[in-house]
Amino acid sequence: MYDGKLIIPGLLIFLVLMISPILFNGLDAGPVPKPEKPVGVTKCVKSAQYMRTSHMKVLDDWRDETLRDGDRTPVEIDGVKYEKSLMNGCLKCHTDKKKFCDECHVYTSVKPYCWDCHYVPKETF
Amino acid sequence: MKHAILAVIVLIGVAWLGSLVGLDPVFGMVFPYVALAIFLGGFTYRILNWAKSPVPFRIPTTSGQGKSLDWVKQDKLDCPATFWQTVGRMLLEVFAFRSLFKNTKAEIHDGPKLVYGSSKWLWLFGLAFHYTFLIIVLRHLRLFLNPVPGIIGQIEFFDGLFQVGVPVLYQTDIIFVGAVTYLFLRRVLIPQVKYISFAADYFPLFLIFGIAVTGILMRYIFRVDVVSIKQLTMGLATFSPSIPANIGSIFYIHLFLVCVLLAYFPFSKLMHLGGVFLSPTRNLANNNRMVRHVNPWNDPSIKPHSYADYEDEFRQFMADADIPLEKELPPEPEPEPEPAAEETEKPAADAAAETPAEKE
Amino acid sequence: MADTKVEQMSVNVVKEPSMMTGAIPRKDWMDTPVTFKPGNYCYPAKKSIVEYLSKGLPGLFGEPREWKVEDDDWQLPENWVEIILQGMRERLDKFRSFKVFMDICVRCGACSDKCHFFLGTGDPKNMPVLRAELLRSVYRGNFTKAGKILGSIANGREMTFEVLKEWFMYFYQCTECRRCSVFCPYGIDTAEITAMARELLHLVGVGTNWILEPAANSNRTGNHLGLQPHTFKQNAEFLLDDIEEVTGVKLNSLSFNRKGAEVLFVIPSADVFAEPGIFTFMGYLLLFDHVGLDYTISTYSSEGGNFGSFTNNELMKKLNGKMYAEAERLGVKWILGGECGHMWRVVHQYMETMNGPPDNLEVPRSPITGTVFENAAAAKMVHISEFTADLIKHNKLKIDKSRNDHRVVTFHDSCNPARGMGMLEEPRYILQNVCNNLYEMPENTIREKTFCCGSGTGLNTGEIMDLRMRGGLPRANAVKHVEDKHGVNMLSCICAIDRATLLALMEYWNPNVGVCGISELVGNALIMDGEKERDQDLRFEELLGAGETGDAENNEEGA
Repeated sequence: MYDGKLIIPGLLIFLVLMISPILFNGLDAGPVPKPEKPVGVTKCVKSAQYMRTSHMKVLDDWRDETLRDGDRTPVEIDGVKYEKSLMNGCLKCHTDKKKFCDECHVYTSVKPYCWDCHYVPKETF
Repeated sequence: MKHAILAVIVLIGVAWLGSLVGLDPVFGMVFPYVALAIFLGGFTYRILNWAKSPVPFRIPTTSGQGKSLDWVKQDKLDCPATFWQTVGRMLLEVFAFRSLFKNTKAEIHDGPKLVYGSSKWLWLFGLAFHYTFLIIVLRHLRLFLNPVPGIIGQIEFFDGLFQVGVPVLYQTDIIFVGAVTYLFLRRVLIPQVKYISFAADYFPLFLIFGIAVTGILMRYIFRVDVVSIKQLTMGLATFSPSIPANIGSIFYIHLFLVCVLLAYFPFSKLMHLGGVFLSPTRNLANNNRMVRHVNPWNDPSIKPHSYADYEDEFRQFMADADIPLEKELPPEPEPEPEPAAEETEKPAADAAAETPAEKE
Repeated sequence: MADTKVEQMSVNVVKEPSMMTGAIPRKDWMDTPVTFKPGNYCYPAKKSIVEYLSKGLPGLFGEPREWKVEDDDWQLPENWVEIILQGMRERLDKFRSFKVFMDICVRCGACSDKCHFFLGTGDPKNMPVLRAELLRSVYRGNFTKAGKILGSIANGREMTFEVLKEWFMYFYQCTECRRCSVFCPYGIDTAEITAMARELLHLVGVGTNWILEPAANSNRTGNHLGLQPHTFKQNAEFLLDDIEEVTGVKLNSLSFNRKGAEVLFVIPSADVFAEPGIFTFMGYLLLFDHVGLDYTISTYSSEGGNFGSFTNNELMKKLNGKMYAEAERLGVKWILGGECGHMWRVVHQYMETMNGPPDNLEVPRSPITGTVFENAAAAKMVHISEFTADLIKHNKLKIDKSRNDHRVVTFHDSCNPARGMGMLEEPRYILQNVCNNLYEMPENTIREKTFCCGSGTGLNTGEIMDLRMRGGLPRANAVKHVEDKHGVNMLSCICAIDRATLLALMEYWNPNVGVCGISELVGNALIMDGEKERDQDLRFEELLGAGETGDAENNEEGA
């Protein structure tokens, strides 16, 4: 072993960096997000699994249709009409942004730009 | 190249089949730990293995004016003379690829006339590749840290600054794939580089390309459930692994390719990550005449042909030519110079005349 | 002279199918064996030479024997493969550079067109990366898991006679000039790899005579030509007569093996017997006399050039050891070194480590200016260009620059001072002060990017002239550029091998350009006390303007 005075600290720094997530979490995975489900409603515009992975796609499509194409025809699924709107559609059932949207978004560090334009609903709604 | 492509295809197939037949726990819980262990252990082993060999001589490549007379301006970063100047050179090398920045391209034209043009594409794409890779890795920390530190969010924010598409497109993804593609294309299109490339050069490129593509597919096309994935990755990072449902094969393929990359890393040319720090032509100060450098295996028994032997062999001639002597000639003049005790045999007894001269 | 006429060569290097001209080899390099034919290899070392060297350093030079490169049987020892592999193992443990450089190359190809031999031959195996792969493939095949298991898929291979031939071919088409190393993102230095390969080749008795015989001579006689002490002294003293003829001054300051001198001056020995080195030597002597330096030259240690450094580190150390040994015996205070390339690589990067200075040496201090050479505080040896530049800076020299007006000068950075020492400015400073017409070659061909003369590390032997002219083409081409543009007629340098090899190179590619050491130009410019009116330079060539006062027909005179 030669030049250990430089190599060993360098190697240790590298190794610590590599396992830094493990050290940061301290073996605690933290709370798992539990988005609040709307009371008394069991259906959405798509399946729960689809919404889990692709709700942003639905919202994006709606935005394009309503704002760019001016098509505000409500979506009808199983006879139920849903307004193509974040504020007047989604948030009707999912009333609490903090307890619903933010729950997962914060967990996975996602910062949707919905609220660049939309007013954030008052938490005390 | 075909071996490398084949290898990556097989790896993808293995992961895909694995997830189809329900080997999720193996791919999601076992392999990541095994890969990390091989990576950390292998990396450490390689570094220590290099460290085991000494640096007998101080051999920096001097790429600028060295430290000399006070009034001669030293090029401190290309020809460092102190520890901290050397640190500066290394930082530039590691973070800015300074040597590669000097790259030129030579062409020969009629005349003959050699011309050297600037050639910075490799530097540019190399730098782009490494930095986007770094940013992508840092971005992934959002899956391994809970809560996610603000800085990671900042990196993501700036990476998706243009807010194209949903989910937001990361610039780094585009640049990264572009850079990998460039690195691959130059390997097949530039004849010199093609000629020197072999499986070990293509394999990491394909592997990394596969990782990038599966990652991009996962985010933009297949759209996986990130919350479930983070539960899996957090489980890994806290040694309480679990396999949430509904993750999808594409994730396991992505993860498996990453595992392969980690495990492959220490035993491949990718070790240049560690090696560049140990390169004696870069990490040493050019102060050889100023400060002693010790060679641990220096052999003190290697002695020069001694002056005594030299004088013994040539004493008569030296005396005749009035060259000072240590020992005077013996009182009895001898016709021939006394043969030396050791190394008496003249290698080229009459070499003087017929040795190949400096000029022909 | 080269076998191929320059007109033909000029066409060949541009038109013949090679990797430089855009041709792509059909076969993989591993499947392309080498063929030796006259002109593409150096002659093997004579038996007597190997015997002699093996006496001092047993086991390092293989079995002394007569053998021919073109033969199918090199009469290698039965276990030669084992010797090579064992030698590799030892060296991997001794040199971190070797180990790291074997492992971390990513084959990015940045080095590929940096080598003068590649530029001149277009031979893919002259790309530094591929040159290294010649050795690296054997390393992989024998020392790495992947190579052992995957074999040729992992570009690993066995050590075979074909491989050995390839090594002998291509590690003697590398001059260890380190140009590739400047551009490598990891600093991989082909000089290190070539040095290792040559050490291994010598272990099995494969060496060239042009290196080993001068090495043997240097060991025994103190100079690489094997001149005996009296001849060496006579040669040097003849030059005093020439100096007297040119300047009208008889120098009395030259002495040999004189105890108690302040400075031991070590030159590359070619400077006392071969043109144009002798003119450089005359320059040294004029300079020392001019400033009254108390110095002596040793016949025992009169070769600064270290031919051992082209073979293995042991012989390098053994030959180099003479300098300190002699400095100790003579009781000098410090050592001054002449203009020589690889001598300075060894002195600057190896000497202190290998042999360490004797106690009697002091930190060098110029007795004329009082300057302490802190940059040589440990090794106690100063480069003549440092010494001269310091003198000029302190106004200690009386200089008439116009005496070099008949020269339009460019400066060739010799590889080793440039890339193994970082000496770029001192020679330029000297040149700026001793001549009026100085032009730099193009940026990518000077300073740390300088091109080798094409014949360093013991390749300046006559039997490979074509190869040398190709290897030297990049340098010659850059000279041609300034010759055409500025009328350059003198290529100056600070290397004895350069002075020999560039001469041949210029004769071939740029016949109107001469070659000189910069001390020669210093000597021309120095106004000596009591000198006569100078109308000739140290080569007995007419000075510019000398003819105006004299006869017109004097202009006709050649050298």
